Amino acid sequence: MSTRKRLAVAAGRGAGWASRVTGRGAGKQISGRVMLRLQPDLLATVATDDAVTLISATNGKTTTTRFLAAALEAAGRPVVTNSTGANLAAGIAATLAPPHPPSDAILEVDERVLPLVVDPLDVGLLVLANLSRDQLDRYGEVHMLAEQWREVAETHPDLRIVANASDPHVAWAAAPARTTWVKLGPGWRGDAATCPACSRLLVWDDDGSYRCECGFATPAAHHHLDGDILVTGDSRTKLELSIPGRWNVLNAAMAVVAATELGVDAGLAARAAGAVSTVSGRYATYHLADGRPAQVLLAKNPAGWSEVLAWLEGNDHGVVLAVNAHVADGRDTSWLWDAPFERLAGRRVAASGERARDLAVRLDYGGVDCVVEPDPVAAAALVGGDAVDMVASYTQFTALTRRLS
Amino acid sequence: MNRQSAVRVGLVYPDVLGTYGDRGNAVVLVQRCRRRGIPAELVELPAGAPLPDSLDIYLFGGGEDSSQVVAARAMAASASPVDRARAGGAVVLAVCAGFQLIGTSYETGDGKILDGLGLVDMATVGASPRLIGEVLVEPDVATGLPTVTGFENHAGRTTLGPGVRPLGRVVKGGGNGVDGADGVLADRLVGTYLHGPVLPRNPALADYLLAMVLGREALEPLDDRLIESLRRERIDAVTTTGWRARLHELHLNRS
Repeated sequence: MSTRKRLAVAAGRGAGWASRVTGRGAGKQISGRVMLRLQPDLLATVATDDAVTLISATNGKTTTTRFLAAALEAAGRPVVTNSTGANLAAGIAATLAPPHPPSDAILEVDERVLPLVVDPLDVGLLVLANLSRDQLDRYGEVHMLAEQWREVAETHPDLRIVANASDPHVAWAAAPARTTWVKLGPGWRGDAATCPACSRLLVWDDDGSYRCECGFATPAAHHHLDGDILVTGDSRTKLELSIPGRWNVLNAAMAVVAATELGVDAGLAARAAGAVSTVSGRYATYHLADGRPAQVLLAKNPAGWSEVLAWLEGNDHGVVLAVNAHVADGRDTSWLWDAPFERLAGRRVAASGERARDLAVRLDYGGVDCVVEPDPVAAAALVGGDAVDMVASYTQFTALTRRLS
Repeated sequence: MNRQSAVRVGLVYPDVLGTYGDRGNAVVLVQRCRRRGIPAELVELPAGAPLPDSLDIYLFGGGEDSSQVVAARAMAASASPVDRARAGGAVVLAVCAGFQLIGTSYETGDGKILDGLGLVDMATVGASPRLIGEVLVEPDVATGLPTVTGFENHAGRTTLGPGVRPLGRVVKGGGNGVDGADGVLADRLVGTYLHGPVLPRNPALADYLLAMVLGREALEPLDDRLIESLRRERIDAVTTTGWRARLHELHLNRS
């Protein structure tokens, strides 16, 4: 290790330590920023002995990464991973910098950052799950992201990718590389009306396959999901999870296929994913001051909220919805009208967070009665129920899990 | 005038012109009718077919560039049914990409020129930077409308033809991006860059459109206290006085 690199890593870790002890953050992002500032080519030098797998998607990055890391650990392989969700270049640098034996580096990466880190990290495997509208005020349009991903595949035709065949943007982006296709089935379609290749209208079948006049269509899949079963040729692997939600079965399917690509047995990988009970604070059960259990879920965009709202229908818990509009949440609350909040009609619901009023107006027009209380913990006391489900946007989620821990 | 039939609120091509919660405008119009005992229904017009002339309200929403190309192509033959409907009492609300599409032409960032519907004499060119953020518009006094609040996210610069009036003057934000104005105000037609759900935050604008459709001077008031508190919050958040008030509050909390 060069003196400069040692210095950069030491200074960065110092900054991360300062961030943690002062309670300002988990420390990864700031320590990585300091490291990259002192040695910009650090990414290329930190991962030299690791086999790098990158996981990217609009939704499910952190959980899929956790599942895959758990699978490799279960197989007895040394793993480094950015488990706190620090998924920008800086967070990745901070994850890889500390001395460690040659390992599988299982890294989630922000959708926009992905194209910038593939070369410096000498990536061995890419896992691409889904692309949908998310914070359009800063991420830009979905199609632009798909184009940037496709450029990665076009310039690296030998790169191995595990990709979701059921998402047209992902399918188009991953096609030029050595791709293993996983058909996850029907999902959020709000951003996939037009063909990524030619902009004509896509034709959709009920089973979630799509095709276009130009010839673009769902790729023939090597793996597909049949309910909770991952089907690969004649072999069937049941995905039995400890954490809730249909969306996590899809995440687990991607992780198990990626694990098999890395040489881990599918059954072993599925069992490891099934044992994961909390992911960076998500799905953990907390206790409110009045003793009732509260589960906190993160939802960041219409696709994510749709999944969570469908899941909430399965119980009669009190519901607290907490929305902010900081940069990390997206400053524009228009998306509230893209998520089917009507599903909460008849439930005990509180609109909370800094943008509680936007949410309350949305719920009101959707025929959902609610109380308005900007503080989500105070709101939880108002909604009744034997248990409370709290669904939060990004900055509300991080603040809330910290308060309840 | 008492209508017998339901108010038909048409959502134009929601599969391609629905990027920013545009369905919200349709939900608000339908609900504000029903809350007054006026029957109303939401009619979705899937992309690909020409538009019918049988609707009372035509809502044109926002979309990504690629979707906008599809929408422009698909609705090319639709100007005359929409004009026929307007002549028969229908109204048009067009936001963001939909606002650009009702003009005569739209030039995309890469120089492609799309024909618009041509309901209004105005032309748009794509330019950078994108205009992104909260917007406040003081509407043309002839509308009698209070401040319009919303959010914009677009690259368009829209020039209105001679004699064409904007919806209003931009107090905060970019709007049409050329002359301190936003949108367009024409006969039975409102256009604006305030994208997606502009009506939830601006119930007076929703009622302005409904009153035109129903042929009434004014509509029975609804309980809009929750929306009023949201409007105050958003207007305060983006005006200087709002910042001053918050700084003041911060100062008081500290001392």
